[in-house]
Amino acid sequence: MVRGEGRPVGVLALQGDFREHVELLRRLGARPVLVRLPADLAAVEGLVIPGGESTAMSVLLQASGLYEPLAARLQEGMPALGTCAGMILLAREVLDGRPDQCHLGAIDISVRRNAFGRQRESFEADLEVSGLAGPLHAVFIRAPVVERAGPQVEVLARVDGRPVLCRQGPVLVSAFHPELAGDPRLHQWFLQSLTQRKENVRAF
Amino acid sequence: MATEPASGRRTGTDLVKRGLATQLRGGVIMDVVTPEHAKIAEDAGAVAVMALERVPADIRRDGGVARMSDPALIEAIKAAVTIPVMAKARIGHFAEARVLEALGVDYIDESEVLTPADDEHHIDKWQFTVPFVCGANNLGEALRRISEGAAMIRSKGEAGTGDVKEAVRHLRQILGDIRKLAQAASSEIYSWAKQLQAPVELVREVADTGELPVPLFCAGGIATPADAALVMELGAQAVFVGSGIFKSSDPPRFARAIVEATTHFKDPQIVAKVSRGLGEAMRGQEAGAVEVRLSERGW
Repeated sequence: MVRGEGRPVGVLALQGDFREHVELLRRLGARPVLVRLPADLAAVEGLVIPGGESTAMSVLLQASGLYEPLAARLQEGMPALGTCAGMILLAREVLDGRPDQCHLGAIDISVRRNAFGRQRESFEADLEVSGLAGPLHAVFIRAPVVERAGPQVEVLARVDGRPVLCRQGPVLVSAFHPELAGDPRLHQWFLQSLTQRKENVRAF
Repeated sequence: MATEPASGRRTGTDLVKRGLATQLRGGVIMDVVTPEHAKIAEDAGAVAVMALERVPADIRRDGGVARMSDPALIEAIKAAVTIPVMAKARIGHFAEARVLEALGVDYIDESEVLTPADDEHHIDKWQFTVPFVCGANNLGEALRRISEGAAMIRSKGEAGTGDVKEAVRHLRQILGDIRKLAQAASSEIYSWAKQLQAPVELVREVADTGELPVPLFCAGGIATPADAALVMELGAQAVFVGSGIFKSSDPPRFARAIVEATTHFKDPQIVAKVSRGLGEAMRGQEAGAVEVRLSERGW
């Protein structure tokens, strides 16, 4: 099992279910750091963008001055995990987003918001995920879907044939909420990418 | 190779219902009466809107029986924004709630702001796929609503007054009792359940976890960014702002300022910055001086 080894991991805490991510990361031995302002980013080795409302987080990212330093860190290859709204914010393109909605372009996907319908249609289901033994229990809340995945993007799980879990290098995104179901395996992957990155940096 | 879900999808489960409330934490839910208001709320960073015909301050002023909003209005507001849309049903009025579910609203507020339809029974909320939020003044009331299926609790406050005092009182009441209950010995849980008039299983769950089994938000009287910061610091997980935004002198700025203050409630510099030169908050009236106390509705 991958342990967080006390690594400082940021959790974007502008709005949404950041508490659940913090609890999971703690269970894995990482040291979660709440990120609300640019100064909070300095010490973190990776960032989790939680579920929530992507439009609200987008407004708050800009108002708090976080958008540009965060985009720069991602450009440098900082590992990131985004769930639901986090996936939307990390995507290259948001198909039906508001024109002023910011997205960080850290993974080459196009996403559609609320693609499964309204809350009435929100659901939980077991997913088969490439690279994981045994199903992953997933909670989809007014969830987005990936409509286009670029050539560098690995699609790791699908619902109705549509991608809902994708990875490109150190960036992992899910349309669902692993933090609500409490299965730590995607967070373990994310923490692994921190370790790999550190090894790569040493190798240079 | 990725494949289809190994087993079927389940909708309307506790996890799915409470899950949406969890996503709204740290955010502001704004009352809106037109699609234009809804857009202002979304632009300002609201996490959801409450679609209704009159804000509570106007319901208070106009008197008469307050009912569920016109479906046409709810649909127009749904069409105007991409964020979740909530709407209110009268206490006990399950037929209004069914209409709201059929309209596809994302959360139903079984609300004391409307005139109650039943003076004994609340809606049996387990019968619905769409989640419900209910108001509560104290821990017992919160647990009774959860036992009926509510997937979010909001402290009631005194809606439509712009006076935060009752909101503070109800939050302190609920959270203070939770803190005391968390210290109780296992053998004392039964007496607590009797006092609270709530199911012993739920009382035990609160004693074990130190919090409600569903998210706790705050409503009723929040009118300024500092009000939002106050209730967040007291332990609310998100805020409902009813009349406070669209009865202020500059709704788009008030809306944005309350959103920022709710996120950065621990940072008085930011609350100061967003409060500066904001204009006039809703005039309001002292909660103790109102004729009809909406917070006394609900049983």
